[in-house]
Amino acid sequence: MIDKFVRTMADAMQGIADGSTVLIAGFGDVGHPRALIDGLVEHGARDLTLVVNSGGRAVREARGIVRLLEAGQVRKLICSFVRAASLAGELVQSGKLELEIVPQGTLAERLRAAGAGIPAFYTPTGAGTKVGEGKEARTVAGRDCILEYALPGDVALIEAWRADRWGNLTFRDTGRNFNPIMAMAAKRTIVQTQHVAELGALDPETVITPGIFVHRVLHVPYEQAGWTA
Amino acid sequence: MDGVMSGRPLGRAEIAARLARDIPEGWYVNLGIGIPTLVGEHVPREREVIFHSENGVLGMGPAPPPEQANPWLINASSQHVTLRRGASYVHHADSFAVVRGGHLDLCVLGAYQVAENGDIANWARSHDDPGPQIGGAMDLAAGAKRVWVVMEHTTKQGAPRIVRRCTYPLTATAAVARIYTSLAVLDMTPAALRVREMVPGLTLAALQACTEATLLAGDGDAR
Repeated sequence: MIDKFVRTMADAMQGIADGSTVLIAGFGDVGHPRALIDGLVEHGARDLTLVVNSGGRAVREARGIVRLLEAGQVRKLICSFVRAASLAGELVQSGKLELEIVPQGTLAERLRAAGAGIPAFYTPTGAGTKVGEGKEARTVAGRDCILEYALPGDVALIEAWRADRWGNLTFRDTGRNFNPIMAMAAKRTIVQTQHVAELGALDPETVITPGIFVHRVLHVPYEQAGWTA
Repeated sequence: MDGVMSGRPLGRAEIAARLARDIPEGWYVNLGIGIPTLVGEHVPREREVIFHSENGVLGMGPAPPPEQANPWLINASSQHVTLRRGASYVHHADSFAVVRGGHLDLCVLGAYQVAENGDIANWARSHDDPGPQIGGAMDLAAGAKRVWVVMEHTTKQGAPRIVRRCTYPLTATAAVARIYTSLAVLDMTPAALRVREMVPGLTLAALQACTEATLLAGDGDAR
Protein backbone atom coordinates (compact mmCIF):
# COMPACT_ATOMS: atom_id res chain seq x y z
CA MET A 1 0.00 0.00 0.00
CA ILE A 2 1.34 3.41 -0.93
CA ASP A 3 1.25 5.76 2.02
CA LYS A 4 3.15 9.02 1.76
CA PHE A 5 1.96 10.26 5.15
CA VAL A 6 4.65 10.60 7.76
CA ARG A 7 3.74 10.74 11.46
CA THR A 8 6.26 13.20 12.85
CA MET A 9 8.02 16.38 11.80
CA ALA A 10 11.37 14.63 12.24
CA ASP A 11 10.26 12.02 9.68
CA ALA A 12 9.17 14.80 7.32
CA MET A 13 12.59 16.52 7.54
CA GLN A 14 14.68 13.36 7.55
CA GLY A 15 17.63 13.46 5.13
CA ILE A 16 17.60 17.18 4.26
CA ALA A 17 21.31 17.79 3.82
CA ASP A 18 23.48 20.82 4.50
CA GLY A 19 23.91 22.86 1.32
CA SER A 20 20.46 21.97 -0.04
CA THR A 21 18.43 24.25 -2.27
CA VAL A 22 15.02 24.52 -0.58
CA LEU A 23 11.97 25.82 -2.48
CA ILE A 24 9.48 27.42 -0.07
CA ALA A 25 6.02 28.12 -1.46
CA GLY A 26 3.55 30.78 -0.42
CA PHE A 27 2.60 34.35 -1.19
CA GLY A 28 2.42 36.46 1.95
CA ASP A 29 1.20 34.12 4.68
CA VAL A 30 -1.14 32.28 2.33
CA GLY A 31 -0.08 28.84 1.14
CA HIS A 32 3.14 29.28 3.13
CA PRO A 33 4.27 26.06 4.89
CA ARG A 34 5.10 27.63 8.25
CA ALA A 35 5.03 24.38 10.22
CA LEU A 36 7.54 22.78 7.84
CA ILE A 37 9.79 25.85 8.04
CA ASP A 38 9.75 25.53 11.84
CA GLY A 39 10.59 21.86 11.32
CA LEU A 40 13.56 22.79 9.17
CA VAL A 41 14.82 25.16 11.91
CA GLU A 42 14.56 22.26 14.36
CA HIS A 43 16.19 19.87 11.88
CA GLY A 44 19.14 22.25 11.67
CA ALA A 45 20.39 21.83 8.07
CA ARG A 46 22.79 24.69 7.26
CA ASP A 47 24.35 26.46 4.29
CA LEU A 48 20.94 26.46 2.60
CA THR A 49 19.86 28.25 -0.55
CA LEU A 50 16.24 29.37 -0.13
CA VAL A 51 13.98 30.03 -3.11
CA VAL A 52 10.96 32.01 -1.98
CA ASN A 53 8.87 34.86 -3.38
CA SER A 54 9.68 37.47 -0.74
CA GLY A 55 12.55 38.16 1.64
CA GLY A 56 10.12 38.72 4.50
CA ARG A 57 8.34 41.53 6.28
CA ALA A 58 9.75 44.84 7.40
CA VAL A 59 8.05 44.35 10.77
CA ARG A 60 10.09 41.48 12.07
CA GLU A 61 8.33 38.54 13.62
CA ALA A 62 10.17 35.35 14.48
CA ARG A 63 8.24 33.18 12.08
CA GLY A 64 8.50 31.85 8.57
CA ILE A 65 11.86 32.25 6.82
CA VAL A 66 12.93 34.87 9.37
CA ARG A 67 13.52 31.97 11.81
CA LEU A 68 15.84 30.23 9.32
CA LEU A 69 17.70 33.51 8.71
CA GLU A 70 17.98 34.21 12.44
CA ALA A 71 19.37 30.72 13.04
CA GLY A 72 22.11 31.39 10.46
CA GLN A 73 21.04 28.42 8.33
CA VAL A 74 20.82 30.33 5.06
CA ARG A 75 23.74 31.10 2.76
CA LYS A 76 21.82 32.46 -0.21
CA LEU A 77 18.35 33.85 -0.87
CA ILE A 78 16.71 33.76 -4.31
CA CYS A 79 13.53 35.87 -4.36
CA SER A 80 11.64 38.59 -6.24
CA PHE A 81 11.97 41.37 -3.65
CA VAL A 82 13.58 42.28 -0.37
CA ARG A 83 12.57 45.10 1.94
CA ALA A 84 15.54 47.16 3.12
CA ALA A 85 14.22 47.12 6.71
CA SER A 86 13.67 43.35 6.88
CA LEU A 87 16.12 40.90 8.46
CA ALA A 88 17.04 39.61 4.99
CA GLY A 89 17.72 43.19 3.87
CA GLU A 90 19.97 43.80 6.89
CA LEU A 91 21.87 40.53 6.39
CA VAL A 92 22.45 41.34 2.71
CA GLN A 93 23.72 44.83 3.56
CA SER A 94 26.13 43.44 6.16
CA GLY A 95 27.45 40.84 3.71
CA LYS A 96 26.11 37.85 5.68
CA LEU A 97 23.65 36.70 3.04
CA GLU A 98 23.98 36.28 -0.71
CA LEU A 99 21.04 37.62 -2.70
CA GLU A 100 19.75 36.88 -6.19
CA ILE A 101 16.78 39.02 -7.19
CA VAL A 102 14.59 37.45 -9.87
CA PRO A 103 11.51 39.02 -11.47
CA GLN A 104 8.49 37.18 -10.07
CA GLY A 105 7.31 35.81 -13.41
CA THR A 106 10.83 34.70 -14.31
CA LEU A 107 11.03 33.01 -10.90
CA ALA A 108 7.77 31.15 -11.55
CA GLU A 109 8.85 30.19 -15.06
CA ARG A 110 12.32 29.01 -13.93
CA LEU A 111 10.58 26.73 -11.43
CA ARG A 112 8.07 25.55 -14.01
CA ALA A 113 10.91 24.88 -16.46
CA ALA A 114 12.76 22.84 -13.83
CA GLY A 115 9.69 20.67 -13.29
CA ALA A 116 9.06 20.32 -17.00
CA GLY A 117 12.60 19.36 -18.03
CA ILE A 118 13.34 22.61 -19.85
CA PRO A 119 16.94 23.58 -19.01
CA ALA A 120 16.67 27.25 -20.00
CA PHE A 121 14.51 29.71 -21.93
CA TYR A 122 14.61 33.18 -23.46
CA THR A 123 12.38 35.92 -22.07
CA PRO A 124 12.00 39.67 -22.70
CA THR A 125 11.44 40.24 -18.95
CA GLY A 126 14.50 42.03 -17.59
CA ALA A 127 16.13 42.68 -20.98
CA GLY A 128 17.86 46.07 -20.96
CA THR A 129 17.73 46.25 -17.14
CA LYS A 130 20.05 45.36 -14.27
CA VAL A 131 18.49 41.87 -14.21
CA GLY A 132 19.85 41.24 -17.72
CA GLU A 133 23.42 42.29 -16.92
CA GLY A 134 25.90 39.47 -17.59
CA LYS A 135 23.26 37.21 -19.10
CA GLU A 136 23.30 35.79 -22.59
CA ALA A 137 21.16 38.07 -24.78
CA ARG A 138 19.49 37.41 -28.08
CA THR A 139 16.86 39.04 -30.26
CA VAL A 140 13.99 36.63 -30.86
CA ALA A 141 11.11 37.56 -33.16
CA GLY A 142 12.23 41.17 -33.01
CA ARG A 143 12.33 41.41 -29.22
CA ASP A 144 15.41 41.70 -27.03
CA CYS A 145 15.53 38.68 -24.72
CA ILE A 146 17.78 37.23 -22.05
CA LEU A 147 18.55 33.60 -21.27
CA GLU A 148 17.23 32.35 -17.93
CA TYR A 149 17.99 28.94 -16.48
CA ALA A 150 15.68 26.41 -14.83
CA LEU A 151 15.69 26.55 -11.03
CA PRO A 152 15.43 23.05 -9.55
CA GLY A 153 15.32 22.33 -5.83
CA ASP A 154 16.66 19.52 -3.71
CA VAL A 155 13.62 19.95 -1.49
CA ALA A 156 10.26 21.73 -1.81
CA LEU A 157 8.16 22.71 1.21
CA ILE A 158 4.48 22.85 0.27
CA GLU A 159 1.23 23.77 2.00
CA ALA A 160 -1.93 21.98 0.80
CA TRP A 161 -5.56 22.19 1.81
CA ARG A 162 -6.40 18.50 1.36
CA ALA A 163 -4.15 15.51 0.65
CA ASP A 164 -4.65 11.75 0.28
CA ARG A 165 -2.13 8.98 0.93
CA TRP A 166 -0.97 8.95 -2.69
CA GLY A 167 0.01 12.61 -2.28
CA ASN A 168 -2.75 14.06 -4.46
CA LEU A 169 -3.27 17.68 -3.39
CA THR A 170 -5.82 20.46 -3.50
CA PHE A 171 -5.22 24.04 -2.46
CA ARG A 172 -7.45 26.72 -1.02
CA ASP A 173 -8.12 30.02 -2.83
CA THR A 174 -4.92 32.03 -3.36
CA GLY A 175 -3.05 29.42 -1.29
CA ARG A 176 -2.30 27.71 -4.61
CA ASN A 177 0.34 30.27 -5.77
CA PHE A 178 3.84 28.72 -6.01
CA ASN A 179 2.82 25.36 -4.48
CA PRO A 180 2.05 23.32 -7.64
CA ILE A 181 5.13 24.47 -9.56
CA MET A 182 7.52 24.08 -6.62
CA ALA A 183 6.12 20.59 -6.00
CA MET A 184 7.13 19.70 -9.57
CA ALA A 185 10.58 21.32 -9.41
CA ALA A 186 12.17 19.46 -6.47
CA LYS A 187 13.76 16.06 -6.01
CA ARG A 188 11.95 15.65 -2.69
CA THR A 189 8.60 17.37 -2.14
CA ILE A 190 7.37 17.60 1.44
CA VAL A 191 3.80 18.71 2.12
CA GLN A 192 1.96 19.98 5.16
CA THR A 193 -1.79 19.57 4.74
CA GLN A 194 -4.69 21.05 6.63
CA HIS A 195 -7.02 18.13 5.91
CA VAL A 196 -6.58 14.43 5.18
CA ALA A 197 -8.76 12.86 2.49
CA GLU A 198 -9.42 9.15 2.05
CA LEU A 199 -8.00 7.78 -1.18
CA GLY A 200 -10.73 8.31 -3.78
CA ALA A 201 -12.40 11.13 -1.86
CA LEU A 202 -10.74 13.87 -3.90
CA ASP A 203 -12.62 14.52 -7.14
CA PRO A 204 -10.03 13.86 -9.90
CA GLU A 205 -11.28 17.04 -11.62
CA THR A 206 -10.17 19.10 -8.62
CA VAL A 207 -6.75 17.59 -7.93
CA ILE A 208 -4.28 20.38 -8.72
CA THR A 209 -1.06 18.54 -7.87
CA PRO A 210 -1.09 14.79 -8.57
CA GLY A 211 0.81 12.54 -6.19
CA ILE A 212 3.56 11.80 -8.72
CA PHE A 213 5.12 15.12 -7.63
CA VAL A 214 4.80 14.46 -3.88
CA HIS A 215 7.01 12.37 -1.60
CA ARG A 216 5.99 13.02 2.01
CA VAL A 217 2.86 14.44 3.61
CA LEU A 218 2.44 15.60 7.19
CA HIS A 219 -1.00 16.39 8.61
CA VAL A 220 -0.77 19.83 10.25
CA PRO A 221 -4.17 21.33 11.09
CA TYR A 222 -4.03 25.06 11.77
CA GLU A 223 -4.28 26.07 15.40
CA GLN A 224 -6.30 29.11 14.31
CA ALA A 225 -9.59 28.50 16.07
CA GLY A 226 -12.80 29.97 14.78
CA TRP A 227 -12.08 29.64 11.09
CA THR A 228 -12.98 26.47 9.29
CA ALA A 229 -13.77 25.57 5.74
CA MET B 1 -14.51 76.50 -15.26
CA ASP B 2 -16.81 74.71 -12.82
CA GLY B 3 -15.10 76.59 -10.02
CA VAL B 4 -11.88 74.63 -10.59
CA MET B 5 -8.83 76.67 -9.69
CA SER B 6 -6.52 77.43 -12.54
CA GLY B 7 -4.13 74.52 -13.15
CA ARG B 8 -4.93 72.79 -9.84
CA PRO B 9 -3.18 69.40 -9.76
CA LEU B 10 -5.30 66.30 -9.35
CA GLY B 11 -5.01 64.32 -6.12
CA ARG B 12 -4.11 60.63 -6.13
CA ALA B 13 -7.72 59.45 -6.15
CA GLU B 14 -8.58 61.93 -8.92
CA ILE B 15 -5.74 60.66 -11.14
CA ALA B 16 -6.94 57.11 -10.54
CA ALA B 17 -10.53 58.11 -11.38
CA ARG B 18 -9.38 59.85 -14.55
CA LEU B 19 -7.59 56.73 -15.75
CA ALA B 20 -10.51 54.48 -14.76
CA ARG B 21 -12.75 56.37 -17.22
CA ASP B 22 -10.64 55.08 -20.09
CA ILE B 23 -10.83 51.34 -19.28
CA PRO B 24 -13.48 49.75 -21.50
CA GLU B 25 -15.72 46.84 -20.57
CA GLY B 26 -14.22 43.45 -21.31
CA TRP B 27 -10.58 44.31 -20.65
CA TYR B 28 -8.35 42.11 -18.48
CA VAL B 29 -6.40 44.50 -16.26
CA ASN B 30 -3.63 44.25 -13.68
CA LEU B 31 -3.26 47.10 -11.20
CA GLY B 32 0.13 47.71 -9.59
CA ILE B 33 0.74 48.88 -6.03
CA GLY B 34 0.07 52.49 -4.91
CA ILE B 35 -2.08 54.86 -6.98
CA PRO B 36 -2.82 52.03 -9.48
CA THR B 37 -4.65 50.07 -6.76
CA LEU B 38 -7.05 53.01 -6.38
CA VAL B 39 -8.12 52.67 -10.03
CA GLY B 40 -10.29 49.63 -9.26
CA GLU B 41 -12.48 51.68 -6.92
CA HIS B 42 -13.37 54.00 -9.79
CA VAL B 43 -14.51 51.41 -12.32
CA PRO B 44 -18.30 51.13 -11.90
CA ARG B 45 -19.39 47.61 -10.95
CA GLU B 46 -21.77 47.35 -13.91
CA ARG B 47 -18.84 47.81 -16.29
CA GLU B 48 -17.39 44.29 -16.50
CA VAL B 49 -13.63 44.76 -16.22
CA ILE B 50 -11.74 41.66 -15.09
CA PHE B 51 -8.95 42.37 -12.62
CA HIS B 52 -5.95 40.03 -12.44
CA SER B 53 -3.78 39.63 -9.37
CA GLU B 54 -0.28 38.14 -9.73
CA ASN B 55 -0.83 35.65 -6.92
CA GLY B 56 -3.30 33.80 -9.10
CA VAL B 57 -6.69 35.49 -9.38
CA LEU B 58 -8.72 36.48 -12.43
CA GLY B 59 -11.89 38.34 -11.50
CA MET B 60 -10.80 39.96 -8.26
CA GLY B 61 -13.37 42.13 -6.47
CA PRO B 62 -13.10 44.85 -3.81
CA ALA B 63 -12.05 44.45 -0.18
CA PRO B 64 -14.63 42.76 2.06
CA PRO B 65 -15.87 44.17 5.38
CA PRO B 66 -13.17 43.07 7.89
CA GLU B 67 -15.45 40.56 9.63
CA GLN B 68 -16.09 38.79 6.31
CA ALA B 69 -12.44 38.50 5.29
CA ASN B 70 -11.37 35.08 3.99
CA PRO B 71 -7.79 34.53 5.22
CA TRP B 72 -6.94 32.50 2.11
CA LEU B 73 -8.06 35.16 -0.37
CA ILE B 74 -5.56 38.00 -0.78
CA ASN B 75 -4.26 40.17 -3.60
CA ALA B 76 -0.66 40.85 -4.65
CA SER B 77 -0.37 43.49 -1.89
CA SER B 78 -1.40 40.83 0.69
CA GLN B 79 -4.70 42.65 1.32
CA HIS B 80 -7.95 40.72 1.77
CA VAL B 81 -10.11 40.87 -1.34
CA THR B 82 -13.23 39.22 -2.74
CA LEU B 83 -14.06 37.40 -5.95
CA ARG B 84 -16.55 38.56 -8.54
CA ARG B 85 -18.93 36.02 -10.03
CA GLY B 86 -17.04 34.28 -12.84
CA ALA B 87 -13.66 34.49 -11.09
CA SER B 88 -11.00 31.78 -11.24
CA TYR B 89 -7.73 30.78 -9.61
CA VAL B 90 -4.48 29.77 -11.32
CA HIS B 91 -1.06 28.83 -9.98
CA HIS B 92 1.86 31.22 -10.17
CA ALA B 93 3.34 30.04 -13.47
CA ASP B 94 -0.04 30.31 -15.19
CA SER B 95 -0.66 33.66 -13.53
CA PHE B 96 2.56 34.95 -15.05
CA ALA B 97 1.78 33.24 -18.35
CA VAL B 98 -1.25 35.55 -18.34
CA VAL B 99 1.19 38.44 -17.87
CA ARG B 100 4.14 37.37 -20.01
CA GLY B 101 2.08 35.77 -22.77
CA GLY B 102 0.58 39.14 -23.70
CA HIS B 103 -2.93 38.26 -22.51
CA LEU B 104 -3.51 41.31 -20.31
CA ASP B 105 -5.14 44.21 -22.16
CA LEU B 106 -3.70 46.68 -19.68
CA CYS B 107 -1.30 46.97 -16.81
CA VAL B 108 -1.37 50.12 -14.70
CA LEU B 109 1.92 50.84 -12.93
CA GLY B 110 3.27 53.54 -10.68
CA ALA B 111 6.74 54.86 -11.49
CA TYR B 112 9.60 56.97 -10.19
CA GLN B 113 10.45 58.02 -13.75
CA VAL B 114 9.22 57.56 -17.31
CA ALA B 115 11.41 58.55 -20.26
CA GLU B 116 10.38 59.98 -23.62
CA ASN B 117 11.41 56.66 -25.27
CA GLY B 118 8.91 54.74 -23.12
CA ASP B 119 11.44 53.42 -20.61
CA ILE B 120 10.08 53.02 -17.09
CA ALA B 121 11.87 52.96 -13.72
CA ASN B 122 9.79 51.86 -10.74
CA TRP B 123 11.59 49.29 -8.57
CA ALA B 124 14.59 50.99 -6.96
CA ARG B 125 15.63 54.52 -6.07
CA SER B 126 19.33 53.96 -6.75
CA HIS B 127 21.64 51.47 -8.43
CA ASP B 128 22.64 50.02 -5.04
CA ASP B 129 19.21 50.23 -3.38
CA PRO B 130 19.32 47.98 -0.29
CA GLY B 131 15.67 47.02 -0.81
CA PRO B 132 15.30 45.87 -4.42
CA GLN B 133 11.56 45.44 -5.00
CA ILE B 134 11.14 44.03 -8.48
CA GLY B 135 8.28 41.65 -7.66
CA GLY B 136 6.19 41.28 -10.81
CA ALA B 137 6.90 44.75 -12.24
CA MET B 138 9.40 43.69 -14.92
CA ASP B 139 7.10 40.91 -16.16
CA LEU B 140 4.10 43.24 -16.23
CA ALA B 141 5.95 46.08 -17.97
CA ALA B 142 7.40 43.74 -20.61
CA GLY B 143 4.38 41.48 -21.03
CA ALA B 144 1.07 43.38 -21.01
CA LYS B 145 -0.48 44.52 -24.30
CA ARG B 146 -0.29 48.10 -23.02
CA VAL B 147 1.22 49.78 -19.99
CA TRP B 148 -0.26 52.97 -18.58
CA VAL B 149 1.59 54.78 -15.82
CA VAL B 150 -0.09 56.82 -13.07
CA MET B 151 2.02 59.18 -11.02
CA GLU B 152 2.48 62.66 -9.64
CA HIS B 153 3.80 64.86 -12.42
CA THR B 154 6.91 65.84 -10.41
CA THR B 155 8.66 64.68 -7.25
CA LYS B 156 7.79 66.31 -3.92
CA GLN B 157 10.81 68.55 -4.47
CA GLY B 158 9.44 69.58 -7.88
CA ALA B 159 11.93 67.62 -10.02
CA PRO B 160 10.51 66.22 -13.28
CA ARG B 161 9.54 62.55 -13.34
CA ILE B 162 8.95 62.60 -17.10
CA VAL B 163 12.50 62.77 -18.38
CA ARG B 164 14.65 62.36 -21.48
CA ARG B 165 16.38 59.27 -20.11
CA CYS B 166 15.69 57.48 -16.81
CA THR B 167 18.46 57.82 -14.23
CA TYR B 168 16.91 55.27 -11.86
CA PRO B 169 17.31 51.52 -12.55
CA LEU B 170 15.05 50.48 -15.41
CA THR B 171 12.06 48.18 -15.08
CA ALA B 172 11.64 47.77 -18.85
CA THR B 173 12.58 49.56 -22.05
CA ALA B 174 10.13 51.17 -24.49
CA ALA B 175 7.18 49.83 -22.52
CA VAL B 176 4.91 52.75 -21.63
CA ALA B 177 2.03 53.75 -23.93
CA ARG B 178 0.37 56.47 -21.86
CA ILE B 179 0.99 58.50 -18.69
CA TYR B 180 -1.69 59.88 -16.36
CA THR B 181 -0.27 62.47 -14.00
CA SER B 182 -1.57 65.05 -11.55
CA LEU B 183 -1.41 67.60 -14.39
CA ALA B 184 -1.96 65.85 -17.72
CA VAL B 185 -2.57 62.78 -19.82
CA LEU B 186 0.27 62.09 -22.25
CA ASP B 187 0.50 59.61 -25.13
CA MET B 188 3.77 58.02 -26.18
CA THR B 189 4.14 58.54 -29.96
CA PRO B 190 7.05 57.66 -32.25
CA ALA B 191 7.91 61.36 -32.48
CA ALA B 192 7.55 62.42 -28.84
CA LEU B 193 5.15 62.54 -25.93
CA ARG B 194 1.91 64.12 -27.07
CA VAL B 195 -0.34 66.01 -24.66
CA ARG B 196 -3.77 64.42 -24.74
CA GLU B 197 -5.31 66.44 -21.94
CA MET B 198 -4.35 68.93 -19.25
CA VAL B 199 -6.04 70.00 -16.02
CA PRO B 200 -8.25 73.07 -16.58
CA GLY B 201 -6.37 76.34 -16.76
CA LEU B 202 -2.92 74.84 -17.32
CA THR B 203 -0.95 76.01 -20.36
CA LEU B 204 1.35 73.83 -22.44
CA ALA B 205 4.21 76.18 -21.52
CA ALA B 206 3.54 75.67 -17.81
CA LEU B 207 3.34 71.88 -18.29
CA GLN B 208 6.56 71.87 -20.32
CA ALA B 209 8.30 73.87 -17.59
CA CYS B 210 7.92 70.98 -15.13
CA THR B 211 8.62 68.24 -17.70
CA GLU B 212 12.12 67.36 -18.87
CA ALA B 213 10.99 65.48 -22.00
CA THR B 214 9.88 67.62 -24.93
CA LEU B 215 6.09 67.67 -25.29
CA LEU B 216 4.03 67.94 -28.45
CA ALA B 217 0.74 69.79 -28.41
CA GLY B 218 -2.28 67.54 -28.67
CA ASP B 219 -4.88 67.80 -31.39
CA GLY B 220 -7.07 70.66 -30.35
CA ASP B 221 -6.86 70.26 -26.58
CA ALA B 222 -3.57 72.04 -26.03
CA ARG B 223 -2.09 75.28 -27.23
